Amino acid sequence: MKNYETVEVETDLLICGGGMAACGAAVEAAHWAKKNNLKVTLVDKAATDRSGAVAMGLSAINQYVGLKDGENTMKDYVDYVRNDLMGITREDLVASIARHVDSSVHLFEKWGLPIWKDKDGGYVHEGRWQLMINGESYKVIVAEAAKNALGVDNMYERVFIHEPLMDGDKCVGAVGFSVREDKFYVFKARAVLVAMGGAVGVFRPRSIGEGAGRAWYPPFNSGASTYFTLKAGAELTCQEVRFIPVRFKDAYGPVGAWFLLFKSQATNALGESYMQTRRGELEKWAPYGMVKPVPANLRNWLMLLDVMEGKGPIYMQTAEAIKNIAEKETDPKAAKKKLKELEAEAWEDFLDMTISQAILWAATDIQPEEKPSEIAAAEPYFIGSHSGASGAWVSGPEDLAPAEYFWGYENMSTTKGLFCAGDASGASSHKFSSGSHAEGRIAAKAAVRFLVKENPPKPAIDGAVINKLKDECYQPMKTYEENVGKTTQEDVNPNYILWRPYMQRLQKLMDEYAGGVAAQFATSKANLDRALELLAMLKEDSEKLGANEMHDLMRCWENKHRMYQAEAHVRSMLFREETRWPGYYFRSDFPKMENDWECFVNCKYEPKSGEWEMKKIPVKKIF
Amino acid sequence: MPSFVNPDKCDGCKALDKTACQHICPNDLMVLEKDSMKAYNQDPSQCWECYNCVKICPVDAVDVRGYADFVPMGASVVPMRSTDSIMWTVKFRSGQIKRFKFPIRTTPEGKAEPAGGWANEPDLNSTALFTEPESLGLPEVWKK
Ligand SMILES: Cc1cc2nc3c(=O)[nH]c(=O)nc-3n(C[C@H](O)[C@H](O)[C@H](O)COP(=O)(O)OP(=O)(O)OC[C@H]3O[C@@H](n4cnc5c(N)ncnc54)[C@H](O)[C@@H]3O)c2cc1C
Ligand code: SF4
Ligand code: SF4
Repeated sequence: MKNYETVEVETDLLICGGGMAACGAAVEAAHWAKKNNLKVTLVDKAATDRSGAVAMGLSAINQYVGLKDGENTMKDYVDYVRNDLMGITREDLVASIARHVDSSVHLFEKWGLPIWKDKDGGYVHEGRWQLMINGESYKVIVAEAAKNALGVDNMYERVFIHEPLMDGDKCVGAVGFSVREDKFYVFKARAVLVAMGGAVGVFRPRSIGEGAGRAWYPPFNSGASTYFTLKAGAELTCQEVRFIPVRFKDAYGPVGAWFLLFKSQATNALGESYMQTRRGELEKWAPYGMVKPVPANLRNWLMLLDVMEGKGPIYMQTAEAIKNIAEKETDPKAAKKKLKELEAEAWEDFLDMTISQAILWAATDIQPEEKPSEIAAAEPYFIGSHSGASGAWVSGPEDLAPAEYFWGYENMSTTKGLFCAGDASGASSHKFSSGSHAEGRIAAKAAVRFLVKENPPKPAIDGAVINKLKDECYQPMKTYEENVGKTTQEDVNPNYILWRPYMQRLQKLMDEYAGGVAAQFATSKANLDRALELLAMLKEDSEKLGANEMHDLMRCWENKHRMYQAEAHVRSMLFREETRWPGYYFRSDFPKMENDWECFVNCKYEPKSGEWEMKKIPVKKIF
Repeated sequence: MPSFVNPDKCDGCKALDKTACQHICPNDLMVLEKDSMKAYNQDPSQCWECYNCVKICPVDAVDVRGYADFVPMGASVVPMRSTDSIMWTVKFRSGQIKRFKFPIRTTPEGKAEPAGGWANEPDLNSTALFTEPESLGLPEVWKK
């Protein structure tokens, strides 16, 4: 096998990831580090300018509280998030992010992000909490500020983090490999901040051919945060709370502008609005079924009930919405102008963040003012920053957190010195791009405070430990090399498994047994037990992954990460004996919401024994 | 096939040490074929159609063809990105063309100043993040 150079980097704070949360962490940490003479290092598997979920751009900032104009109160936001998640929310964390998020948004504007303004200079809202932006370069701008603060010499791009670096039960850095050069990286750090996004590809995507990469969530976020925090011994929370977005069908184009800005309706093929015809169903999910807006998962559920009765396809009534808006203009010239504006807004919504949807509409000659367009539920994703909640169990801020939720530094996981933000931190949904940035800042400041106050020693790691990690890292290359000559077909070889069939095996079992699209999002104890049996064999076979080059090596590790995300998910769904988010998943053996399950489900993995610990944690309200 | 490269236009970024499309793809898909010095997408089925390779190519050699397994043929969506705006040309299957132009940033490239010009004197032990409370537009950070 090739010789891979080992590169050691010593730093005080290591930021893993380069997305919204990591870029927030970078600007904040750089400020405090300078004052306290500390070094901060950031590592991203891709080019930070265009990495993570905002790589393509976004058309809206989804969290803006507007405290300065008295638009909303903190309680309003916390109520909204708690209700949307059917009561399962860390109010201290949601409030912590909400009190800082406006500051991140105001910084974005200063950095150059065009935010839409009305005639009086106020922000244009898409909905109560959402601002309209021209967001093609959103990520470029946010990354630029991070780079300018941190300095490019402190940033490593194209280095894939595959494992935490541990000293006993302390996390003292990370190891990874370059996907460009023959280099193995060892980052030794006195504190670590994880922000490597959520996960897609754990479940079989709806499109399994060339379009397999067109999931709603980007194929390049593959469960690294979950894997890293689990392997570092941190407690995770809400691993059962997946997110299933309803989007325009097949290209997963955004529906926010249509629902919120244009007040469009969705109907079944008979033209019936399921939100009206099935209103009675919401009572079963009281009190959360009775709130406004109806929680995302319950809106999904009402739609799914129609689909299961064969009343699909489901349509977004775009033509009707446009007609209703244009009719408000009495002057025909003004009406024409309004129509033109609406058209540009509708297309920008796609072009800024889901260009595929623009291609699909153009390729199917869709004129939204003439006919409706199909929408559908996507496959499950893990994105704790959006309307899911999965992530690490982290400390709240001292002044807001109930005693049970506080252990010294905000956003520190249960592993000392390991901080989490964005999709990596759980039970604080609806932070989105702006809240993830703000949370990255909160976590970074706390991490610097931790470094200054606790002054942890420089990690001393035995060379043998590093060599072992390095061997494990490149094992798939070795396995491939030793065995590829044993058959005449590279991809059919009993001695190894390539990443693609490995991923497909994971996706198939999750889809069929753990409530994927094929199972109409339903599952049960029997199904989940079966999923665990198959996952156990998949885990054993991960030792036989084979890769013939660096890109494939990254794919092997991505799918190993996904597998741990899958197991955390299955175990958490199994543990929670009720159905709480019917439009995300449905436990057919426990079809109702139960009061004694109004609690968090936390899990912890013991790396040495491979055992999982599951527990219930009470939900404490602060508002 | 998601992104694809026009061999007549691609010049392999003139043999610089890394090509633009390879540098930017968030999923590590664009690679340079060393013999022909032309780039290609090594795994179309993992492409997100994020268009970052298209936008960054200095000679407009990269384009996108909608996913073959669900997109009918004949349409195209082509961006032209400058330093402050982007212009999109959408061609429908029917041949109809629509153009849209949107701003992309309000400051010169590279000039994002981390503190945004705000006063910046909070204490490490306070709840205020850097630039706060000024950047919040409030006299102090919200307290319960
Ligand atoms: C399709 C879509 C539309 C959305 N629309 C909106 C919207 O309109 N408005 C809004 O406010 N929010 C929106 N969001 C939500 C928003 O994008 C996320 O909340 C936010 O990006 C989360 O930030 P993050 O830092 O946790 O993850 P990300 O921004 O996804 O960043 C993850 C980072 O980790 C890196 N990484 C991953 N694995 C590794 C590894 N192994 N080693 C090293 N680095 C790694 C990635 O390269 C990336 O830099 C949307 C999300 C999606 C997917
Ligand atoms: S960026 Fe353009 S010119 Fe450069 S290698 Fe890629 S396709 Fe070729
Ligand atoms: S469109 Fe995006 S994901 Fe596809 S190859 Fe280009 S940069 Fe990569």
